[in-house]
Amino acid sequence: MIQAIAFYLFAAVVIVSGALTISSRNPVHSVMWLILAFFNAAGLMVLVGAEFIAMLLVIVYVGAVAVLFLFVVMMMDIDFAQLRTDVARYATIGLALGTALAVEVMIAAFAWSEGRIDLARRAAPIDPAMPNIAALGQLLYTRYLFLFEAAGFVLLVAMIGAIVLTHRERAGTRSQHVGRQVARRPQDATRNVKPTVGQGVEL
Amino acid sequence: MIGLIHYLVVSAILFTMGCVGIFLNRKNLIVILMAIELILLSVNLNLVAFSAALGDLVGQVFAMFVLTVAAGEAAIGLAILVIYYRGRGTIATDDVNRMKG
Repeated sequence: MIQAIAFYLFAAVVIVSGALTISSRNPVHSVMWLILAFFNAAGLMVLVGAEFIAMLLVIVYVGAVAVLFLFVVMMMDIDFAQLRTDVARYATIGLALGTALAVEVMIAAFAWSEGRIDLARRAAPIDPAMPNIAALGQLLYTRYLFLFEAAGFVLLVAMIGAIVLTHRERAGTRSQHVGRQVARRPQDATRNVKPTVGQGVEL
Repeated sequence: MIGLIHYLVVSAILFTMGCVGIFLNRKNLIVILMAIELILLSVNLNLVAFSAALGDLVGQVFAMFVLTVAAGEAAIGLAILVIYYRGRGTIATDDVNRMKG
């Protein structure tokens, strides 16, 4: 009973906040609704016993991706209202396509039945006695180790790509050159002169 | 009782919302990226629901990889957005014609 209530609560909030994400006038509000959608999707995942993915969703999506979106939205000085001028022109075709897609997917979901899925041939059956995170860790660090490392490479490439794309050399800045400072020796930098009386020092 | 089909319906609605969001915010590149995040979220929900229903942990492993790719995609997409904005002062998709594609 309480599980059903929790499911319907999370599902309703995730759908409503998803709708508000795509229909908000202000992109900052969109990001906020997106964060709410992620939180509630994480709740849905907790309900089926996928705690690790749920926490990952909160940490990665809410903690990193949504904050990145927020940064970018707030950094730009854009008249967002002007970007929404011809919403009505594409709203009808968009909603028609969306309805068709939703109906089709739901027909497929209701028509789907497990059929002749051989449950004995599962790749990694869930052991109810084992915590979700321990089971996932055992799977990730043994059978899927190379895929796991490939995922790390994807993140590395994304990080390097983002830095390379957005880095820019500013001309005219006077930055500190530590190497040159350290390499500077007293005998190169100073000159010991003994000027004769009555003559100034030539510079 | 809550079964697999409930999750599939929620995921289908969320997926559709992401697709409609691309149409509704056709000009605003940031919201299009957010709609793509919604689509990936619904896919993750689907993978996790099937993983729980069939009792197979591989679905959750796969959901983790989808999450990784989504994070990388968001980072690269927003980086491209930032350099585009720096050069043009706008993010309207209609103006993206520099590559004459």
